[in-house]
Amino acid sequence: MKTFYWLVKREFWEHKGGFLWAPVITGGIFLLLNIMTIITAEVLGAQHGINFGASGNLRHVIDNMDAGDMSHVGMALDLAMYSAMGLIVTVLGFVIFFYCLGSLYDDRRDRSILFWKSLPISDTGTVLAKLASATLLAPMIAVVVGIVVGMLQLIILAIVLSFHGINVWQLLVLAHPFRVMANLVGYIPIYLLWALPSAGWLMLCSAWARGKPFLWAIALPIASGLLVTWFDVMGLFHLPTGWFWSNIVGRGLLSVFPGTNIALSASHFMENHGGEPSLDIMNLSQTYSTLALPQMWIGIIVGVALIAAAIWFRRWRDDS
Amino acid sequence: MSTVITASGLTKQYKTSMALDHASFQVESGRIVGLIGPNGAGKTTALKAILGLTDFTGDLNVLGFDPRKQRDKLMEHVCFIADVAVLPRWLRVREAVDFVANVHPRFNRAKCEAFLARTKLQPNQRVRQMSKGMIVQLHLALVMAIDARLLILDEPTLGLDILYRKQFYQNLLEDYFDENKTIIVTTHQVEEVEHILTDLMFIRDGKIVLDADMDAIGERFIEVMVNADKADAARALKPIDERQVFGKSIFLFDGASRAQLETFGEIRRPSVSDLFVATMKGTYA
Repeated sequence: MKTFYWLVKREFWEHKGGFLWAPVITGGIFLLLNIMTIITAEVLGAQHGINFGASGNLRHVIDNMDAGDMSHVGMALDLAMYSAMGLIVTVLGFVIFFYCLGSLYDDRRDRSILFWKSLPISDTGTVLAKLASATLLAPMIAVVVGIVVGMLQLIILAIVLSFHGINVWQLLVLAHPFRVMANLVGYIPIYLLWALPSAGWLMLCSAWARGKPFLWAIALPIASGLLVTWFDVMGLFHLPTGWFWSNIVGRGLLSVFPGTNIALSASHFMENHGGEPSLDIMNLSQTYSTLALPQMWIGIIVGVALIAAAIWFRRWRDDS
Repeated sequence: MSTVITASGLTKQYKTSMALDHASFQVESGRIVGLIGPNGAGKTTALKAILGLTDFTGDLNVLGFDPRKQRDKLMEHVCFIADVAVLPRWLRVREAVDFVANVHPRFNRAKCEAFLARTKLQPNQRVRQMSKGMIVQLHLALVMAIDARLLILDEPTLGLDILYRKQFYQNLLEDYFDENKTIIVTTHQVEEVEHILTDLMFIRDGKIVLDADMDAIGERFIEVMVNADKADAARALKPIDERQVFGKSIFLFDGASRAQLETFGEIRRPSVSDLFVATMKGTYA
């Protein structure tokens, strides 16, 4: 366990830029853009003599809102928090994608694998530590950064509104920052399981390719997709060609991007629970409904097999 | 004295060539073995087999382990310096020490820090900011602080200047080596290791062509400097090598009688590099 902790720590040392600084900088840019937008809006508003807060109209609107309206305001504020996360998570997707692709290749290329392999560390431990860094450590850091940025975003909004005579705290209590946090943190295990086939595929390519793992990882699924489309192989199984693209090619390459399961689980959720999709798309009961999908479980099985193959190649690939 | 490595019938076939061709050898504890061979002779493959980094056929026992199956256990007792450029470039000195201290059960942190204190390395310095010589100092400090039974050095001083090279072997001898440890070293700079070796192994085309301790080599191989008038007589004894220096001939004999050779002229022990050249004649032809 101690070795595993240090293996993950080693990944963090090496990839501090992607794991820590990328979300921090993205969050910073997000806040900066928001502040600039607000300033522009304020300046434009002042130039055109529009002063929406002071007239008391907005106050009036808030005072007259009923409980249903209030909950919508709360949702909107929650969404403001998620929006910070959205941008960070997109960046995180790219970070994890390229991290997985390089994880078992870069040290073979610069031959530092010979140093790591001179230590009493099992190849299984190494590969699993890299997998955990990609699917647990990186998302956790991103979520923490996302929450901090989301809170700052709320505070900035509240401060701006307070200049317009609107009671900050009255609005803020409508938001559910703790529920948002719980939803985001709670999503990580689902992300891990959902990303498994993709992370496994990328790491397998990384452990196996003698050169250019990126090309192999991309070219093999795309080429097979084209062949399947061309010869209409899926017709044999009475499935549309799109099935192959979304369930094999898409899953293999893109499910390291957080949130790619949400559209699927949202439609599944709607089928089972009826009604319109909750505005609270990250609601845990909705994200965890992915666990009911066969796509999830088949993906997990395939992912475990791919990881096992990556471990085998890590052990025996001999090109140093 | 216990046996550290027993290899028999070690064979490794690459697509076009035999890297190891039924090589068999033994290494005893407390020895410093030089594994010397021309480029592509199978030195590195042999070391990789011992370290469990490559697959092969034949039997190999290293410290009681099979490197193919028990590599993780084996590496607790074996250290390895491949060549100077294998430390990851992003690694800091402090991180390297922390990491090895926490994953290696036989690492002595105080010892490592004492070795590092003798160098100019700074805790926050990254490998990419170091010269080749400094990288080797770091690697050596890490390795010497590990109480391992077998140390494998594959061209450890390649590309270093002479100061670092001398210091490298001096450190190993003074602060590391003892009768419980074994060192296997491959290098092309034979002159530098010759005086520290206890055993010599020549490898050629995947086969071990010479395997003896240095005393036995001094007994078996004799170099004699012969004046031109006696050269033909000496040649009749079938020397394995002949070269000319200042009008005299230098003959290298394998297993000839010492008393008989003394009649031709001054005899001496051949250097490892002369022995190597004589043994490997025609390798690239």
